[in-house]
Amino acid sequence: MSVSGAPTTSAEWRWAVRDVWTMGRRNILALVRIPVSFVFALVQPVMFVLLFRYVFGGAIRVPNGQYVNFLIPGILVQTTIFGAIGTTIGLAEDLQRGLIERFRALPMARMAVLAGRTVSDLLRNVVVLLVITGMGFLVGFRPTGSLISYVGASVLMLFFAYALSWGFAYVGLAAPNSETAQAMTFPVIFPLTFASSIFVPVAFMPSWLQVFARNQPVSQVAEAVRGLMLGVPHGHATWIALAWAVGALVVLAPLATRRYRRVA
Amino acid sequence: MPDLAVETHGIVRTFRDGSVRALDGVSIAIPRGRVFGLLGPNGSGKTTMVRILSTIIRPDEGSATVNGFDVVRQADAVRRSIGLAGQFATVDDNLTGLENLRMMGRLNHLDHATVRVRATQLLEQFGLAEAARRNVKTYSGGMRRRLDLAAALVASPPLLFLDEPTTGLDPQSRQDLWGFIEGLVESGTTVLLTTQYLEEADRLADELAVLDHGRIIAQGTSSELKARLGATVLSLTFSTTADAERGALLLADLTTKPAFVEGDVVDLTVTAGPAAAAEALRRLDAADLVVTGLALREPSLDDVFLTLTGHHAPDGAAEEPIAGSGRRRR
Repeated sequence: MSVSGAPTTSAEWRWAVRDVWTMGRRNILALVRIPVSFVFALVQPVMFVLLFRYVFGGAIRVPNGQYVNFLIPGILVQTTIFGAIGTTIGLAEDLQRGLIERFRALPMARMAVLAGRTVSDLLRNVVVLLVITGMGFLVGFRPTGSLISYVGASVLMLFFAYALSWGFAYVGLAAPNSETAQAMTFPVIFPLTFASSIFVPVAFMPSWLQVFARNQPVSQVAEAVRGLMLGVPHGHATWIALAWAVGALVVLAPLATRRYRRVA
Repeated sequence: MPDLAVETHGIVRTFRDGSVRALDGVSIAIPRGRVFGLLGPNGSGKTTMVRILSTIIRPDEGSATVNGFDVVRQADAVRRSIGLAGQFATVDDNLTGLENLRMMGRLNHLDHATVRVRATQLLEQFGLAEAARRNVKTYSGGMRRRLDLAAALVASPPLLFLDEPTTGLDPQSRQDLWGFIEGLVESGTTVLLTTQYLEEADRLADELAVLDHGRIIAQGTSSELKARLGATVLSLTFSTTADAERGALLLADLTTKPAFVEGDVVDLTVTAGPAAAAEALRRLDAADLVVTGLALREPSLDDVFLTLTGHHAPDGAAEEPIAGSGRRRR
């Protein structure tokens, strides 16, 4: 292996992929072992669905059609983004318990700890997304787009959340402990998810806020996902959202990897 | 394989942008097949040394080779040739013992068949076969340490780093663990052991180095060090400080080191404990000095420090970053 720790030969790449799988499997096993934590991961999005569908929803007017059809695609985007925060907690815990130290003294691929973590968190996010999708249908969500665009919308938001999870990985490695790590994500995540078109149309916000809310990445993803699921025109939102996701991954993954090399 | 399993020259490592010198020019050499003990209190630099030799962190200055590989330039080769068991039994709580060992085997890049065989073998060897399929969360402290040690041995490394392997364990678990370590040594494994306990170093290590504030202040075999220390400490308690000082003068010829007086307690370093105690009591009785307490004890790490440095071992003056939390204190 090269001095930088990145795989160079094809044999090293094979080992690296196996290491990612080993780490990912370990994380998934932990999820299965403690189903309680998985159930808690579902509580919050379920509450959001009920809260906005039945408590706030009646007071919110959307331009076309019913609020439930506006809401559910947005909630799904919010759910996947919040789900990615799991990466922060998982890494901060591993670091706190000294496991990362131990991994660093092993001949495993340097990238596998982070990649294994983000990949297993992605898989968990897939399951959460499926559950909340089912929940959406239960409360009256009726998408009118094609199945292909529906699946495309799901893949898009999962990809976006995956890209963000590298940023959350960075936070997890930089935080003093897992409790603080989670709290550190909120100042970024709250404005991005709430000052967005996830829950309400941006047009109802004060004009100064609209500039941010309309153009920030989460709104672009929400617009794209909503447009695809409902089969309504949404301009270039899909491409813009995709560009944000790729951009986030290209910037955040190396940042987290560099941080990983420096910790300890 | 080179004759020396570990060889370092002038290792320096600082933390907090250089304000803390955890290691200040440490040179050691460990011949293959030997047990080397790094003895020192919290914050003396023991863990930092282990972290450098196991490639977790890099030295700021100096060089180190492990099994003939440079810890910076050939870190991956070093990692393939060592096992590390840390102070905090870093095993995954959410997995079973078996799963932990299999994971370590896979991450050591052993093939599937070897992973299976080794995991079962080690669980058997460390008395964990029955607990193999239980979550580590349910393990006792001693079981966790044994699993941690087993995890370090999955790839059968020729060199093992043990960072305070028995700190915090009850006496029975400590005895058990010592037995396991002795078994490994018999089968030819080289061991670098860090410890705060003189007794542990004495029992396990062929050669010792005493670390204080990142520097080696004494080095030699256990018996060499003990000879320098005197075998036993005779501790006498008087009813007043003045009595203690008089007593110390009276017994000055019994001690191999200057008597250490602290308040109403006098510590004498003696070679033949019981005989020295009897003689001391006779003389003190003759001088009408009342002794309220008497104890004979084997020298502790604190006695070693007292002898070597003239000051007590700094109690928890830990500037040394420890696993998992060090980065935050930097």
